[in-house]
Amino acid sequence: MNKIVKILGAGCGKCQQLVGVVQEVVAEHQLDVTVEKVEDIAEIMEFNVMTTPALVVDGVVVSKGTIPSKNAVLGFLK
Amino acid sequence: MFEWIQHIADWLVYHMLQLEHGEHLSEALNFFIYDSVKILILLVIVIFFMGVVNSYFPVDKVKNFLTWHKLYGLEYLFASLFGVVTPFCSCSSVPLFIGFVRGGIPLGVTFSFLITSPLVNEVAIGLFIGLFGVKTTILYVVSGILLGTISGVILQKLKLERHLTPWVKDLLAKGQKDQNEVDTNPQSLTQRLPSIWDETYNILKGVIPYVLVGIAIGGLMHGYIPEGFFAKHMAADNLFAVPIATLLAIPMYSNAAGILPVVQVLVAKGIPLGTAIAFMMGVVGLSLPEAMLLKKVMTFKLIAIFFSVVALCIIASGYLFNLLL
Repeated sequence: MNKIVKILGAGCGKCQQLVGVVQEVVAEHQLDVTVEKVEDIAEIMEFNVMTTPALVVDGVVVSKGTIPSKNAVLGFLK
Repeated sequence: MFEWIQHIADWLVYHMLQLEHGEHLSEALNFFIYDSVKILILLVIVIFFMGVVNSYFPVDKVKNFLTWHKLYGLEYLFASLFGVVTPFCSCSSVPLFIGFVRGGIPLGVTFSFLITSPLVNEVAIGLFIGLFGVKTTILYVVSGILLGTISGVILQKLKLERHLTPWVKDLLAKGQKDQNEVDTNPQSLTQRLPSIWDETYNILKGVIPYVLVGIAIGGLMHGYIPEGFFAKHMAADNLFAVPIATLLAIPMYSNAAGILPVVQVLVAKGIPLGTAIAFMMGVVGLSLPEAMLLKKVMTFKLIAIFFSVVALCIIASGYLFNLLL
């Protein structure tokens, strides 16, 4: 089943790093997910997060304020 | 406590590299090695300890606490204290700001949190202990917390809500006091340790380049600027030194990690501590990139008022430091 992954962040260094981690995990495990980057602050606030970068999988916030490890990301995406 | 590092530095510089005692290069290198090792050790300790504290006060919990508790004026102090233990990257300042005010937390209290957080944090404290000693560190931490508290109270008194950008006002008009979800799963400290350690490593990895560059610049200045060089121009009795240092600092942007080693050398070469700290607070606490971020939620006028109030408080604490020390 195709999962929709959103990465919330206004484009700082940490957010770029999270995008990198997610893309690596997706490529390594050939996961069927759509990765979307959300930079619009109003849209970010709809998820009620106060610290970025945040990771959203199918509408659920799974991590915020940190860059999770590749293993953790794999756990969220599976 | 740190003498053994000095021995290592001496051995490396005078024995391994066979450099002469008393030369600019060898002294600068010795200073660099000693300071880097000492500061990195202190940073690991402080960042880890603050990580433990922070794991019990995540930002969502802080927000809920400030939203639902009447604190009779103490909320500014609490917000400021929470700012110390809650690290966030500057790009989170806008979501944090909106999250706080949407939760019904007064604007001034939100400002207290936002002002103290970059001024007094785990990285600044670790560096401060390494460069200036424990006594000065405590003085700095206390004055940073008070600075955030007092600035917040003043900003609240100015009734600035009308200067928020329209879409933030819309958000507030809806007025729902949303409760942020907090992980209710109580974890023991041992269960928390792995993620705390990961975070310590991440923070450390992020600041090490700044720390090393800062110490290197400090080392060069240390070796090449004569003692008392600045004392002539920026002595404590020069009334304009503190405001000028603060104003000079605003366009400069660095975090505490990069600027503190340089500030330490400035002090060693005769700039009064209060003046130097005012400069440092201006650099880390007020910056143009931050102002650009805040433009999304505040009008230009509000940002200008915000910066002016904080700058005045920084200048006041600079004078106070010069008076006390």
